Amino acid sequence: MPAKKLNLRKRYELLTRGMGWETTHHDMDDVFPYDSFEGIKITDWDKWEDPFRLTMDAYWKFQAEKEKKLYAVIDSFAQNNGQTNLSDASYLSAIKLFITGVTPLEYGAHRGFAHLGRHFRGDGARIACQMQAIDELRHAQTQIHTISHYNKHFNGLHDPFHQFDRVWYLSVPKSFVEDAMTAGPFEFITSISFAFEYVLTNLLFVPFMSGAAYNGDMATVTFGFSAQSDESRHMTLGLEIIKFMLEQHEDNLPIVQRWMDKHFWRAYRLLALVSAMQDYMLTNSPMSWKEAWDVYFVENGGALFEDLSRYGLKMPKYHELATAEADHLSHQVWSVFCLLGNATGFHTFLPTEEKMEWLSEKYPDTFDKYYRPRFEYWAKQKEEGTFEYLAALPQLCQICQVPMIFTEVETDPMQLSFRVSEYKGDKFNTCSDGCKDIFDHEPEKYTQAWLPVHQIFQGNCGGATIPEVLEWYKFAPEDGGDYIGSQDHARWEEWKGAGKKVKQA
Amino acid sequence: MAVIAKDGYVDTVRDKVENFHGNQLVHVSWDDHLLFSAAQAFPLPPEMPFQALVGEVMSSVFSYHEDYEKIDWEAVEWMLDGESFTPEMDKSLKDNGVCHKSLIRFKTPGLMGINGTRL
Repeated sequence: MPAKKLNLRKRYELLTRGMGWETTHHDMDDVFPYDSFEGIKITDWDKWEDPFRLTMDAYWKFQAEKEKKLYAVIDSFAQNNGQTNLSDASYLSAIKLFITGVTPLEYGAHRGFAHLGRHFRGDGARIACQMQAIDELRHAQTQIHTISHYNKHFNGLHDPFHQFDRVWYLSVPKSFVEDAMTAGPFEFITSISFAFEYVLTNLLFVPFMSGAAYNGDMATVTFGFSAQSDESRHMTLGLEIIKFMLEQHEDNLPIVQRWMDKHFWRAYRLLALVSAMQDYMLTNSPMSWKEAWDVYFVENGGALFEDLSRYGLKMPKYHELATAEADHLSHQVWSVFCLLGNATGFHTFLPTEEKMEWLSEKYPDTFDKYYRPRFEYWAKQKEEGTFEYLAALPQLCQICQVPMIFTEVETDPMQLSFRVSEYKGDKFNTCSDGCKDIFDHEPEKYTQAWLPVHQIFQGNCGGATIPEVLEWYKFAPEDGGDYIGSQDHARWEEWKGAGKKVKQA
Repeated sequence: MAVIAKDGYVDTVRDKVENFHGNQLVHVSWDDHLLFSAAQAFPLPPEMPFQALVGEVMSSVFSYHEDYEKIDWEAVEWMLDGESFTPEMDKSLKDNGVCHKSLIRFKTPGLMGINGTRL
């Protein structure tokens, strides 16, 4: 008679590896058709080390506990009108960008991991991906549930998934995750688990969650905490998959290195949106984008790649440029949002004098020299009533899909950076060597890019005028434009009393 | 290099010029005037005279800048797709060599943006 209670290790083995078998009726290659075409050679899936040794039953129990706590906090937040404790309602622009730009990414990651959870041949890797698939779905759900409270009181939060598939700046995260999802499983997991989650995720979550705490948004802080233990599991999976591929066969190294280079750059370009959120959209910023980059990428990332150098893996290509751009990125991105603020689903606002002082202090080499003049000029124009939003649409990068606002920071920070490739007689414009390299390596993939500006001109976005396109986005007229004078602003004033100091002008 | 895919890969170009209803996409950037943040994209008929690009299209956006009315058009330095060139104003975009998704840059000597900040 078997023992009534198994020890943990045995139990783990039975509930993961023990669930798989060598198929005999069908060939294993037919059962797992996706895990070999990318050229990654796996000689022994049993060498996969399960980072957490978590079984499904333990997983459910653990997650259910966290859910209970989270939903208790959400309830009390709603009952106590937690929204009135924010630092300022303009802070919600960051939340609007998050729910429309990041939450659908979580859902995309869910879909990708669900695919891997079926199609990896190794049972251990498959189970880890299944759990991550559920995590990502949970993250999307908890974010929607938490932020839905703000939707009761503020504009611009009503239809993130519809907008994710259409809006010009949301094509940046959409194209990133879909690039990964349309690759093979090993490239997908290198992109999402390693380049994004291991190398760069702290740049998104740490400043975002501490930003929420700094601005009185306890709802967001809570879902952040609820996701945090999942994130550390995801990071460990990212590191494990890289080590596993590199240990399995030496031929895997150049493939992994190329994926690393590509997805580092893609994820970094996506984080350009986060840099603006961090430096400009948060009323109170806990740390600047540059400080976060120095800590989480230069220091921590540097140590990580030193550790991985024994496998022959090098720092991702163009990381030096990303570091040089740290002094410029957020300012360039927020500038273009302010210029196109009539076509955003969140409110834009110029930095206050107080904010500009903070930016000067955080960016002593660049803010006063290159960026303060434009914000002061626009402030003067707004005062005089001569400010106009941009009357045209910007050129977009074929790869990252960000408007081509990036400059030659290493040689001339006021000169736009233009790159171009020719493929089958057509030109394809890119913003950087990083994006150009990605295009040149797989042009067949990126000639299919759905570039919002080009789609508008092709007549596929509801019409030829801005109001028609915005309607097609399901942006209401009150969603965008200046924060000052908006319905959100008026509501805030009503709650707080008109005498309250306006944080954003 | 080519994409690595499991099965036959559908190789489509989403932004073929045929999809733009008789127009081609033209990008225009004013050097040393970063107030506009990026090059601007315009869908234009290839038969459009270069003069119309300057007088109608470019002015519709760039005239917002206080330097615009000070431009000495005789002195403007033009670049097309990375090479310096001299447009023939009465000829079409196409005959000037401007093709689909071309980038036209123009520099206005002596004008360095708002208060000389290159904005």
